[in-house]
Amino acid sequence: MARRDVAIVGTAQRPNEVGTTLTSVELILPVINEVIAKVGIERREIGFWCHGSCDYMSGQPFSFVAAVDAIGAWPPIIESHVEGDGALALYEAWVKIQTGECDVALVFSNGKTTSGPIDRILNLQADPYMVTPLWPGFDSLAALQARACLDAGIMSEADMAEVAARSYRDAMNNPVAYAKENVTAAQLLDRPYTTAPLRAHDCGVPVDGANAIIMAAGDVARRLTERPAWIRGIDHRIDTQRLGARSLIESSSAAIAAATAGVGNDRIDIAELHAPYTHQEILLRRAMNLGEGTHINPSGGALVSNPAMAAGLARFAEAAESVFSGSADRVLAHCTSGPMLQQNLVCVMEGE
Amino acid sequence: MSEADGILRLRQPISVTYNWSAGPNATSPLNGLLNGTLIGKRCPGCSLVYFPPRNGVCPKCARILGDDVVVGPRGTITTFCVVNVPFLGQKIKLPYVAAQILLDGADISMQHLIQECEASDVRIGMRVEPVWKDRSEWGPTLENIAHFRPTGEPDRDMGAEAGAS
Amino acid sequence: MQLSGSVCAIRGPSDKNDSVSAATTSSTSGADGTFVAPLVVAYPYKRTVGTLLSRFFQSLQEGRLEGTKGSDGRVYFPPAEFDPVTGRQLDEWVTLPETGTVTTWAWQSVPQPDQPLEHPFAWALITLDGADVPMLHAVDAGDMSRIRTGSRVKVRWADERSGGIRDIACFDIIEERS
Repeated sequence: MARRDVAIVGTAQRPNEVGTTLTSVELILPVINEVIAKVGIERREIGFWCHGSCDYMSGQPFSFVAAVDAIGAWPPIIESHVEGDGALALYEAWVKIQTGECDVALVFSNGKTTSGPIDRILNLQADPYMVTPLWPGFDSLAALQARACLDAGIMSEADMAEVAARSYRDAMNNPVAYAKENVTAAQLLDRPYTTAPLRAHDCGVPVDGANAIIMAAGDVARRLTERPAWIRGIDHRIDTQRLGARSLIESSSAAIAAATAGVGNDRIDIAELHAPYTHQEILLRRAMNLGEGTHINPSGGALVSNPAMAAGLARFAEAAESVFSGSADRVLAHCTSGPMLQQNLVCVMEGE
Repeated sequence: MSEADGILRLRQPISVTYNWSAGPNATSPLNGLLNGTLIGKRCPGCSLVYFPPRNGVCPKCARILGDDVVVGPRGTITTFCVVNVPFLGQKIKLPYVAAQILLDGADISMQHLIQECEASDVRIGMRVEPVWKDRSEWGPTLENIAHFRPTGEPDRDMGAEAGAS
Repeated sequence: MQLSGSVCAIRGPSDKNDSVSAATTSSTSGADGTFVAPLVVAYPYKRTVGTLLSRFFQSLQEGRLEGTKGSDGRVYFPPAEFDPVTGRQLDEWVTLPETGTVTTWAWQSVPQPDQPLEHPFAWALITLDGADVPMLHAVDAGDMSRIRTGSRVKVRWADERSGGIRDIACFDIIEERS
């Protein structure tokens, strides 16, 4: 079966905030309406709706079912849900389009990350026998990987602070970013550890957010927008879930996904990496061989706004927008899952 | 740890505490309940009235709900179930009836208990009214209504009703 | 939509706050008048652990550390159920000593509910002597300066053991790397 050309044709992101009292549905609805209006499409032209979210975060089993209220599912629609980041839902939608069952898909994701103790909640995705009963917390597990990287000499705390400082400064140009600060790495290094060797700036800020993306195939995409962001390669790999059973100073799943997605075939202008921790950005750059010519996370990335389950799709939105605007020709969007980069989805997009 | 067939079972309780928001569109309905009034919300698109307000959104139109509309207090049973199986922590006497009730003025039904009649008397189309707990027990919750009971009015023909329930 | 009655009121061990699961008695309004209330979601899970882990947890309760050996000779503690290389169920057991080495660590400066210790401590990946793959646990180092990658540590058994990774209460540092 020949592969269909699929492109992102429109995106919408909700300005990230903290402590929202809106329901998840009220959070999602405006971004869906916004992306539909931006693309200028009729709701009934959308052949597949796919949603990424996590019931554990909202504290309500099957809360993702409520999200269908935000779609306007009348007459009945075809939809699916991924208990994970919206970027994984995007991959499912891409596959759906490849099957020929639809030409247009809308992907959305949301996370009310601040309405519950996210660091504790994410323990529930760990090994239920050996890890969850210890209740380590997401930051603590990420910190273990950071320490391993420091010990191996492949990065320093200053390198990590530089990632954060750059991200906080770049975020000042991003209207949907939450944390913004004109700060230097040296200033950040003066701040105390939170979960050593991590400091507050090394960890993505939990925020409430939602976003939506419309994808289309072939000529439909060309009809819907002047400069679609064509998906040239996309791949998703998973390392062993067992925390100690692989080297923590590299990310083989990210490396394989990047190679399969064709990252190395040509230069990458902009790479939006879903790295909720500073050391993870450095590891991902190394895994994907991203060089000096690639601009990493001009949006500020997940460090400045980390809406769990939506931070990965946000990277796709940012990368696609840079193609739409003409500020980039070949871009990379990435999504991870797990505190130690256990799962990695990599996508390469190009403007025509 | 317990054992059956040589396979162990480990006790692994989990507990997480959330800050749960009812959302802004639940505010007037909940305040209404505090005062003994049933307030639904109308969709600015299709004009359907929702009680309860669900997630604050009209699922047909994908629009945030708008105006407050007083509904009920009486309503009509649209479907029901006679429950004979107890659940953990149950206090209600068996058998009991759980019913979907379309309050007058609302376009979706809500769930509550039917009491003060035999389970076998309950039927679709039966007219019911709320029985409130003592006011001293009220909070912002549907639990202020202890149950619904028949009003004795003639049944409504639910086949003739257009509605989203 | 219902605010009350839909939450299982069975408390987990960690539910140290006194908030109730029903919004009726402790709801508060957000700044814009929106009703916000604490919601406790708790489940008393009892997990079956399978044949291999049954033996593992039984041995922990009896005060022994047993791992499994894979086809490539690597020893896993906690045991791997299936060989990562061949996929076959593992059945070669190895009893391990109670000492090991820290391969990486992090500092929990403010302990959270249900964690192994209630004062600041270290998380660590620890490779037991004789094992090839590290395990996660806590080290009661006392102070961040006392733990390093390479620290030698020893199991501290829980006073009461019921089968489970918490039968190991934590690890203690037995000598400091110079």
